[in-house]
Amino acid sequence: MTSDPTIGEAPVQQASRVDEPTLTVRRSRAKTVRLVLGLVIIALLAVLAVRLVMNSKLNFAVIRQYMFNPSILAGVRRTIVLTVLAMAIGSLLGLLIALARTSSSVALRSVAFFYAWMFRGTPVLVQLIIWFNLALVIPRIGISIPGTSIDWSASTNVLITPFVAALLGLALNEAAYLSEIIRAGIISVDRGQSEAAAALGLRTRGIMYRVVMPQAMRAIIPPAGNELITCLKTTSLVSIISYSELLGTAQGIYSVNYDTLELLVVASIWYLVCTTLFSIGQYFVERHFGRGFALDRGARSVGIMSLFNPRRRVTS
Amino acid sequence: MTMTTTSMVELRAVRKSFGSVEVLKGVDLTVAAGEVVCLIGASGSGKTTLLRCINHLESVSSGRIVVDGTLMGYAETSKHLVELSAKRIAGQRSNIGMVFQRFNLFPHMTALENVRMAPMRVRGLSKAEGTARACELLERVGLSDRQDAYPAQLSGGQQQRVAIARALAMHPRLMLFDEPTSALDPELVGEVLAVMKKLADDGMTMVVVTHEMGFAREVADRVIFMDGGVILEQGSPADVLGNPREQRTRDFLARVG
Repeated sequence: MTSDPTIGEAPVQQASRVDEPTLTVRRSRAKTVRLVLGLVIIALLAVLAVRLVMNSKLNFAVIRQYMFNPSILAGVRRTIVLTVLAMAIGSLLGLLIALARTSSSVALRSVAFFYAWMFRGTPVLVQLIIWFNLALVIPRIGISIPGTSIDWSASTNVLITPFVAALLGLALNEAAYLSEIIRAGIISVDRGQSEAAAALGLRTRGIMYRVVMPQAMRAIIPPAGNELITCLKTTSLVSIISYSELLGTAQGIYSVNYDTLELLVVASIWYLVCTTLFSIGQYFVERHFGRGFALDRGARSVGIMSLFNPRRRVTS
Repeated sequence: MTMTTTSMVELRAVRKSFGSVEVLKGVDLTVAAGEVVCLIGASGSGKTTLLRCINHLESVSSGRIVVDGTLMGYAETSKHLVELSAKRIAGQRSNIGMVFQRFNLFPHMTALENVRMAPMRVRGLSKAEGTARACELLERVGLSDRQDAYPAQLSGGQQQRVAIARALAMHPRLMLFDEPTSALDPELVGEVLAVMKKLADDGMTMVVVTHEMGFAREVADRVIFMDGGVILEQGSPADVLGNPREQRTRDFLARVG
């Protein structure tokens, strides 16, 4: 190892600094090259995309015509309703399962584990078909409590409509995935937080809802947002159990007019619109639960979303 | 108000094991109302566990802990001690303030919200009452200008002072401090100790686990040296710190300088 020649020369440099002009920072050449290269790649891709679309036989008039077709809009509405309901039921059930998974009762923990094992371990498409065909094995569903006047039942075919089958399939499946996401959020909160709350005299429920969950949400929201978008797209599977959501509606139309690709483009555009809107919503929810935490890292990863709020709430 | 020698804390033959490791090996201790007791000792001597047993954050393996006349964490039957419901234990804890080494402020709440949360949730104070109490306490710890700051925006010393205000907001009869200055940069230790000294001067009963020998010498009524899960030596700060009887106490004091 040779000795560094600059060591010990600092005082000399300091003495001559008086004469030096103020230095300004200039963008490095490597950065400029990278910027130009990036722009070239984007331009090339844009040309490629335009040529692909222009040379295809896509009939844009048909796409325009069906974009706001009442049946398509009804399909969009059904897709959104199904997604929102499935996620709402899934979150609630998922929270209960997550709490059961973290509880001290062996019975509760086992039931929760079994649930997640079962619903995550089988394809959602299979689950949907099972719910849809439930009447084959359970012809009637009802409640009867011996010794009371409660005795009610109905035909499964009447109760389990395509919509109910779709909702059951999606919600129960989401609950299994969300329960793991929620559990991960809960265990990500430092134990000192619940200890501090316990020392103040808060009870288990207060500790959970005032202290642990609000912090767990920070870890829960990004993967749950992912799950929401996955759920929205998974609703398209429901078309095979004859529920006319967005894809089912589009299929219904192109099976008659044979404008297959055009209607699939229409459906794709609507799926993109919905996922974009959900992502924007997620940004605001994330910002809410980011209260008190330095948002710099999170905000940067959201990229374009930070346009909505260039001002950060916490600067530390 | 009676300033007699009523005891605030009484420990009788307290033992605590984590698995096969016995951390407390039979501790007897009485703390009088208004007394300031400093627990010193090497890490692993059991002093933090002892403190955490007092408000039942750790349950004892055997023995009794009585705080302000109430048996902590258990109901006594003719033969056994039966652990109380979570609700009853929470009620007991609400009368004991605790300050942690790592502050443990709630990061998603402002300083003001941290202080007023428990009085509102546990004592049922209105938002206005809670805010008034929190403002008063934040002023007492010298932080009335930072009440809207989040913990991440506060220095360690400021966070610990908010944590003290948060504990005081429940109007506790007893304050437990678990190495309150160990996580602080040296220049921030003084502001926290000053707040604690003021609290001691106001007559608060305090049990303090600390490595700050200067604070123990100046503020403590009694210093307790713990070693290997037992109380090895106790007495006035002058005796224990200035003229220790036990060799192990002398060794410890020589190490911490």
